[in-house]
Amino acid sequence: MDGVERPVWAPGDIDLSRPSIARVYDYWLGGAHNFAVDRAVGDKVIADVPVLRSVILNHRAFLRRAVRYLLAHGIRQFLDLGSGIPTVGNVHEIAQSVDPTARVVYVDIDPVAVAHSRAILTGNELVGVLQTDVRDARAVLDSPEVRDMLDFDQPIAVLMVALLHFVPDAEDPAGVVAAYRDVIPAGSFLAVSHAGHEDGEWDPAWDDAKGLYNRGVSPITYRDRSSVESLFKGFDLVAPGVARLPLWHPESPDDLGDDATHFIGYAAVGRKP
Amino acid sequence: MTTEQVDHRVAAPGRSNLDPAVLAGAEAFARTWATAVIGSSYVPMTRAEVAEHLRALTEVLVHALHATPFRTAPGYEIGARLVEAHFTGTDTLGRTIQLLGDDLLGELGIAPDELMRSRLAALQGALSAGYARALRERTLAEQEAIRAAVLDARDQAEAALRASEARFRAMFTEAAIGIGIADIEGRILDVNQALQEMLGFSVEEMRQYNIRDLMHPEDGSTVWRLYDQLTAGECDHYRAEKRFRRADGEQVWTHLTLSLVRDDHGEPQYQVAMIEDVTDRHLLQNRLRYQALHDPLTGLPNRALFLERLGRVFNNRARRRAGLCYLDLDGFKVINDSLGHDIGDQLLVEVGRRLDHSVSGDGKLVARMGGDEFVILVEGSRDTQDIVDVADRVLRELESPIRIGGHELTVSASIGIVERELSGTTAADLMRDADITLYWAKADGKSRWALYDPDRNAKEVARFTLSATMPAALERDEFYVDYQPLVRLEDSTVVGVEALVRWQHPEFGRLAPDRFIELAEETGLIVPLGRWVLRRACRQARRWLEEFGEAAPFVSVNLAVRQSRDPELVRDVKRILDECALPPHHLQLELTESAVMGTADEPLEALRALSDMGVRIAIDDFGTGYSNLAYLKHLPVHELKIAGSFMEGLRAADEEDAVDVQIVSTLVQLAHALQLGVTAEGVETPAQAKRLHRIGCDTGQGWFFAKPMKPADIDELLRRR
Repeated sequence: MDGVERPVWAPGDIDLSRPSIARVYDYWLGGAHNFAVDRAVGDKVIADVPVLRSVILNHRAFLRRAVRYLLAHGIRQFLDLGSGIPTVGNVHEIAQSVDPTARVVYVDIDPVAVAHSRAILTGNELVGVLQTDVRDARAVLDSPEVRDMLDFDQPIAVLMVALLHFVPDAEDPAGVVAAYRDVIPAGSFLAVSHAGHEDGEWDPAWDDAKGLYNRGVSPITYRDRSSVESLFKGFDLVAPGVARLPLWHPESPDDLGDDATHFIGYAAVGRKP
Repeated sequence: MTTEQVDHRVAAPGRSNLDPAVLAGAEAFARTWATAVIGSSYVPMTRAEVAEHLRALTEVLVHALHATPFRTAPGYEIGARLVEAHFTGTDTLGRTIQLLGDDLLGELGIAPDELMRSRLAALQGALSAGYARALRERTLAEQEAIRAAVLDARDQAEAALRASEARFRAMFTEAAIGIGIADIEGRILDVNQALQEMLGFSVEEMRQYNIRDLMHPEDGSTVWRLYDQLTAGECDHYRAEKRFRRADGEQVWTHLTLSLVRDDHGEPQYQVAMIEDVTDRHLLQNRLRYQALHDPLTGLPNRALFLERLGRVFNNRARRRAGLCYLDLDGFKVINDSLGHDIGDQLLVEVGRRLDHSVSGDGKLVARMGGDEFVILVEGSRDTQDIVDVADRVLRELESPIRIGGHELTVSASIGIVERELSGTTAADLMRDADITLYWAKADGKSRWALYDPDRNAKEVARFTLSATMPAALERDEFYVDYQPLVRLEDSTVVGVEALVRWQHPEFGRLAPDRFIELAEETGLIVPLGRWVLRRACRQARRWLEEFGEAAPFVSVNLAVRQSRDPELVRDVKRILDECALPPHHLQLELTESAVMGTADEPLEALRALSDMGVRIAIDDFGTGYSNLAYLKHLPVHELKIAGSFMEGLRAADEEDAVDVQIVSTLVQLAHALQLGVTAEGVETPAQAKRLHRIGCDTGQGWFFAKPMKPADIDELLRRR
């Protein structure tokens, strides 16, 4: 066991001397569900790569847009994988504001994030929280939380927001997606946001960000448009297909920054036919 | 998230009271405000929603500026609402305060007089304070929430760990297999219930022990060698069969698996023993092994165990010499057949008991080989006498009668003894020689022992070789016939010749009849061999008849006892005579006294038939057997051949043995009285010939006249006349 570096998101001991990606995200989003070690990493990353702050806000904004899109398309069940610490603008808030009967299951590997989620969701009968490695689709899908909460005869939206770039090729991200795809019924959706860029595009800041992530948070894999597209095997991509993250169904042209067309990340939503 | 669920939109109080121009100004300010703060905090709202939210707050501000009496509370409220809407980035506050100061009065079309400036400043201050307080509270609440989450998560992890520990503890406690844990020095730390019961010690007692205290004197050396390797970290686990002594002194056979547990640095830390009680299985195995290696009737070791022990004697070579008694009861078959197998079995049991009793001791083994054969192995004998003593003791032990079911049985045994140095021999040699020697003891008269004799064996081997190769030799024409003249003493005329078979053996050279006739009698080959000699002699006689006419000699052919009893004899002789066109009176058949006298009726009838046919019958070696002289008169016999042994006393030129002379004279007179011819065998000197002639003997045979010779030499002899 010794000698193998344990990823920070791995379950097991609750070690507050290590940063947690969920708590670092919370910090970046303006939350206080974090500790000095998380803030130290968060501050260092933002200081070195200021653009990341916008990247993170964009992923969070995509989540909101995607959930609203899915609600508009009749989806009332959500499986949010890698949900992290519920700060504000969470899936169930958005969904249940539209339809109070909407159901959500949050899944994360971070036991603290999950404990926190459970605490604040106490009393909400339509939301489940599960602590599991989302890469183990079998464990997620067979869990009582998922089985009791979600009706697999009705469409389900699987959300993988800012998740799959933490799954290296060696761990077969397409396989992870496929495992969920094979179980959800026709008419279900998959929403993905993913860090990445095209060949030839290059910004020193991206490498810096990658380096920081790899060292301090979790190893990150950038993927290009076609790689992200290939994760949607078995889904029909909804317009506009795989888009730069801010360009996927923007709420207003005013929301788009100057960097939108070469934003370091993609988003897409697909429907299982 | 109930605590975070807020209504982001502050209801505009008395909105309709405001001047439309002021409202438009407020809306314009709210848009500028939104642009200024978007991106400074993450709020889960679209830009339009943010602008709408801020427009409402702006209207609150407008009311506050104009309210009478003037209160700063709405400013405080707006600060708090910003935090509630998650405008938690502190840049949001900075930009808001600045924008209020710079743009608000202008956008609203309010004259920036002293009063308004003062009121705005007071509201800015209140907003800041409200914001700071709300942010502080929110921060503290979230910090508390995340710490509570950590505690919850820890509690859950600990609960999971406790549950897991409880499961493992239950597994350890309840396991049917014995489990023990010791540190690397061998100090026992814990043992489960199964192991306590298996060994009969409590945990407390076990903790007093070191693993090495559990050493059993009969542990295989590998058990503890592997233990040393394991505690040294050289191997991670091993399995072994091991005995433990129980608290009550009994022993437990176990199947032991010992595993090494290493610490995080890979250093040996604990050892875990899994111990399964296999005593029952072991006892069963022992019993099965005992059954496999012992004779169920007598309880003695069986052939398999004996051979295993004998093999070990040769493998170990700890002893220099060893001996075997191979024993077989005499006449056991008769007892078994006449009194029944049950009595036979009881007899064997008693014999086994006596054998075991008489030879018990270290290095000695009595085994039943099967049937009524027993064998005694003596390891480390000093000399042959040691084994002879054992054999004598056994024979003595068997002398006293055995009483079984009302029968008083007397048994004896024959014993073959082999005793020798181990080097240069093998277990198989020893067994074979003992077996051969037992056969000798039987052949020599039973109820005795015989000692292995290599010379005797060599002879027997040679005899065996001869008898085994004889049939093929007959096929290959390795036999031939020589002829010895029978001379009429009256005028020294050759009247007949005796056919004498020889064997030109490819390995042993020329063999005289005494080397192989007896063997041929034993094997039965004498019948075809005799027929072959008869045919060969008759053909030769025919040739002489053709060449010499009436002067041709008859041929005298020996007839073995077995031949004389062959039912085909008469037919064979007739067929051969016919084949050769030989008149029957040119053939004489020689039989020994015993062949003629001791016979039943049938062979006698055959002789009579032959005699009637015209064939001459001679009694060979007459005088050496016990002839029934009265009976002789009735036999179809034409000639007596007096044995050469009577010629001894007639041999010397100057002096004669009166008794021998008298015997020969009497025999001749007897023969003549019965109207039989007399031939003297073994005539070797002129004196003998002269005396025999004087006594009245008709014919002589011997070296004095001629040795046995080739037919061509006989031709020469006949022509010379």
